[in-house]
Amino acid sequence: MNAASETLLSVDGVSLSFGGVKAITDVSFDIRKGEIRAIIGPNGAGKTSMLNVVNGFYHPQHGRITYKGKTRPRMRPYQAASQGIARTFQNVALFRGMTTLDNIMVGRTLKMHRGLFWQMLRYGPAMREEIEHRRVVEDIIDFLQIESIRKTPVGKLPYGLQKRVELGRALAMEPELLLLDEPMAGMNIEEKEDMCRYILDLNKHFGTTIALIEHDMGVVMDLSDRVVVLEYGHKIADGTPEVVKADPKVIEAYLGVGH
Amino acid sequence: MAQASETRERDTFAKLLCEHALVRPGRPAMRHKDLGIWRTWNWSELTETIRAYAAGLQQLGLERGATIAVIGENRPAMYWTILAAQWLGAIPVPVYADAVADEMAYVLDHADVAFAAVQDQEQVDKLISVQDRVPKLRTVIYDEPRGLRDYDHSRLHAINDVIAKGRDRLAADPGVAATIDAARDNGQASDISIILYTSGTTGRSKGVLLTAGGSIAAARDTVAFDKLTDRDEVLAYLPLAWVGDHYLNYAQSLVAGFCIACPESRETAEADTQEIGPSFYFAPPRVFETLLTRITIRMEDAGALKRGMFNYFIGVAKRWGEKILDGKKVPIGARIGYAIGNLLVYAPLKNVLGFSRIRVAYTAGEAIGPDLFSFYRSLGLNLKQLYGQTEAFLYVTAQPDGQIRAGTVGPATPNVDIRIADDGEVLYRSPGQFAGYYKDAERTAETVTADGYVKTGDAGFFDPDGHLTIIDRAKDVGKLSSGALFAPKYIENKLKFFPNIKEAVAFGQDRDFATVMLNIDLTAVGNWAERKNIAYGSYQELAQRPEVYEMFTGHVAEVNRALAAEPRMAAAQIKRFLILHKELDADDGEMTRTQKVRRSFIAERYKPLIDALYNGTEAADISTEVTFEDGRKGVISARVRIADAKVAAPAKLGAAA
Repeated sequence: MNAASETLLSVDGVSLSFGGVKAITDVSFDIRKGEIRAIIGPNGAGKTSMLNVVNGFYHPQHGRITYKGKTRPRMRPYQAASQGIARTFQNVALFRGMTTLDNIMVGRTLKMHRGLFWQMLRYGPAMREEIEHRRVVEDIIDFLQIESIRKTPVGKLPYGLQKRVELGRALAMEPELLLLDEPMAGMNIEEKEDMCRYILDLNKHFGTTIALIEHDMGVVMDLSDRVVVLEYGHKIADGTPEVVKADPKVIEAYLGVGH
Repeated sequence: MAQASETRERDTFAKLLCEHALVRPGRPAMRHKDLGIWRTWNWSELTETIRAYAAGLQQLGLERGATIAVIGENRPAMYWTILAAQWLGAIPVPVYADAVADEMAYVLDHADVAFAAVQDQEQVDKLISVQDRVPKLRTVIYDEPRGLRDYDHSRLHAINDVIAKGRDRLAADPGVAATIDAARDNGQASDISIILYTSGTTGRSKGVLLTAGGSIAAARDTVAFDKLTDRDEVLAYLPLAWVGDHYLNYAQSLVAGFCIACPESRETAEADTQEIGPSFYFAPPRVFETLLTRITIRMEDAGALKRGMFNYFIGVAKRWGEKILDGKKVPIGARIGYAIGNLLVYAPLKNVLGFSRIRVAYTAGEAIGPDLFSFYRSLGLNLKQLYGQTEAFLYVTAQPDGQIRAGTVGPATPNVDIRIADDGEVLYRSPGQFAGYYKDAERTAETVTADGYVKTGDAGFFDPDGHLTIIDRAKDVGKLSSGALFAPKYIENKLKFFPNIKEAVAFGQDRDFATVMLNIDLTAVGNWAERKNIAYGSYQELAQRPEVYEMFTGHVAEVNRALAAEPRMAAAQIKRFLILHKELDADDGEMTRTQKVRRSFIAERYKPLIDALYNGTEAADISTEVTFEDGRKGVISARVRIADAKVAAPAKLGAAA
């Protein structure tokens, strides 16, 4: 698969607890530039917490995160965003009353330079900037093939399409690292296949590094270059899909003891 | 002789293109919505592009007389390929983009294509999957590069690169330019300009050969018939490989010089129609039906004031709209009422549908319900019917402005000659008439008579004013035992125009009289039952309710009256009918996957019911095996009532209604 071995992000000995509940215990792994990295595990294994740590939403009590060579005990969400980490959510988190176009445009906010005053005038440099951003957004709409819903309020869209719009908004940030939290949950087979295609195209043609949480094992095994398996906040396996699939500890975590 | 020499100069599509570049260089020729923006090419830009594309294709080895497949949706690059190929004297072969790889392989192999121009990765993948069955195919060019970067590019080229290379060649070497222009001038009216494969409902698809001269002559006639000019505009959303698109959009655009707008994608066609506001429009009846359903539903959700206004003015339109459209005499009060209605309802409604600028709209392909047809016409939309075939290069008949009768398809179009054979089959001779089927002399001979008429395979008759009515496929038209004409589909269609009737199956071949089996439309009849407070527990129970039978007796009587009004059909009125206890279903083999009833299969499966229809009993028992959605099988038994229908007296000549 991707032979590029430069590490984009690494997580060292991270532990996270909420009061007495230990969500993550001493987990370390890395994400290499240009790969598709999956995080899997049974329900409550700490997958989403892990993404939230990477993205700076949760602050771990122990451990360090190294992103693009810079080590921090904690990240803040805006730092993560401005340094090229974008994400989608397990439950769709879009502005339901706004159109697809506007929702994706929101993803450009960090790239806009003119202040509120200029934006409101919609004139001169602000207009030129708006046109430039619109062009990027139109490229994303074209890439995700959602032309037909450009002007539709997202609240009216079926779930599968909403997920696609959410991916579009994350892409609008032109991320280096894209975190996808269950991008295919609740989708039918056709929507899943479409989504797989977009993820692969993204990775291949734009070189975007992707970390995803997913429950559909078929999808995970087909898409990802390497897989981390979590169980009760502990890392129990890490490696290529083939290696992970054959690991007795993983089989046990999924099927129970003495299956 | 001036006229003859003029035609000689503009007898191919490439020559027409260059003519437009001279006469109307700045007028828009083609538009395409890409990345949210409409991009426009005028005739001079288009001509320059096509010339460069032709030079590029020539370098790749496309020669006069060779075939090139065109596989994709309505995108400029696909139309350009057709034009550039024709410029070189090569023959484009459009293929349905949604065809599965297997069908595609047959057409590509049969058409001997060495070149294929395709839209995107999906089509490239299909071609790769069948490449061992299409050994002659050597070069594939594509429009959208997405996903194709890692493919082997030794035989794969981007259309944009081909055009760019052609442009460089033209600029670098005047010799090349001379060769390319000479290739265009070598084109003659007798050249095969395109091969259109018919969809092939019966057996393998056939390649219909059309000549440049014939195509252009046919398009000239209809452009004059509908007074199309270079100010018109169409939105091209019909399948590229279908004669309708190639004629209505491509051929008529190049003859009249109007603009073809290509939608952003297939799903956005409706929104794009609204943005472009086409002035010439074609849609199959299904599209008009869907739109009407959507309007009706939205109006039911609207507030009381709006709904009341809508219903009132639609009433006004129903009464006067068509008369005003046809230019008939209408009282001044009605005109004022209609004008207000136009301001408040019709114009805004047409605007929402993108129909504001339509001057001429056509529908064809299947029978359109008279109510549906009248609805759009009453809004002031000049909707007409045409009858045509790929072999004719579309038009055989069309309704002229102001002479519309819902059941007919109009008189023969200019220069078309129609003859009705003794068995009722419609034969024609037309200017655009095909030159034969590709590599199939046998079937060409079966289709064309010795004196040059083409058999349509459809049965029909002329009314006294010379308007043609198509009744059915000729092979399906039968006879009653008395020898009178029995056209099952004609009867079924008339019944199915009632919203309460979902399906109808007519019987009568070699019998004494005609009978029908009907299926209720659960939504429509269910709503009706709700309003009437009729309780029912199941589809089966509702279908057998006496009130439903009463209503259907009325529907059948109305159809009988319509049949009685047509001398040739009067004998085949429906004498008895029944309402089936279950819905006809493709899963049970009663219908085809394209929702057509399989009459002989049904006759066998429901034999006790057929017997009862003809032996005069009032009810019959039937049990049939059904397949549920999940694949399990079960048995449905029922007692089905059989009702007698009112028969109308046949119309006598001179008798007033």
